[in-house]
Amino acid sequence: MSETDKHLLNPEKWVSLHADYLFNYTISRLNDRDLAKDLVQDTFFSALKAKNDFQGKASERTWLIAILKRKIVDHYRKINSTKGKAEVRMNFYADGEREGEWLEERAPTDWSGEIEKKIENQELAVVLEKCIANLPEKYAMVFRMKTIHQIETEDICKELGITSSNLWVIIHRARTQLRKCMEDNWFNN
Amino acid sequence: MKLTCDEATAICDKSQYKEASLWEKTKLSIHLFLCKKCGLYSKQNKVMSTCYQKLKDAELSKTLQLNQEEKQFMEQELKSKTEL
Repeated sequence: MSETDKHLLNPEKWVSLHADYLFNYTISRLNDRDLAKDLVQDTFFSALKAKNDFQGKASERTWLIAILKRKIVDHYRKINSTKGKAEVRMNFYADGEREGEWLEERAPTDWSGEIEKKIENQELAVVLEKCIANLPEKYAMVFRMKTIHQIETEDICKELGITSSNLWVIIHRARTQLRKCMEDNWFNN
Repeated sequence: MKLTCDEATAICDKSQYKEASLWEKTKLSIHLFLCKKCGLYSKQNKVMSTCYQKLKDAELSKTLQLNQEEKQFMEQELKSKTEL
């Protein structure tokens, strides 16, 4: 690669050129405006510190995204270790003798009323958002990446450093809890 | 061969993304044939997928941007670090 083909860094233009892109990328994973803003700012700071390591092989944006991705996985690890463990997970299935069977009080019940109408109601998205916000943070993060942003299983696993069986356990728990939340607050409300 | 309800509904969730294997789907259909509660879960799960789709459409239609003030603030912060 000749000197002229190399990509250059232009920190004065980072905010105007890349801030929105990085911000959207982060929001699609974390869905928290303030947190996303902090991570983007942090990314710029880290990039500035590391600017002498930039070799110019990738574009400026690609390089910034790589730094941002590390911030996101750091955040995931944090919610996975501290908060994740302290949180009491809602159990839906029995332990012991009847292991894996539905707990009677948490099992699905018939939904009353006209389901079709309820699905078309504009308010649905609002209630559903609240239910997602009630999930443990790491479930919400993985669920949104997979279901709302439809990122490939393989890519999510790579990005967060988890196995596909981890991912499916998280998706299962998230969806079980969301079904119950929507049953209580929407379909049977 | 025999699945618990927990395992059955897990496969049910996975199949909503079309990522359950043929073997998993076979075991699931046997379980669903025998278990009313999981049958109901499976039926409602499809409705839930439609709900998620609605949410997705609502969310992806709005592009999120930082406002001018936020960007100016970021720029100042970045500048102050550059000058150090």
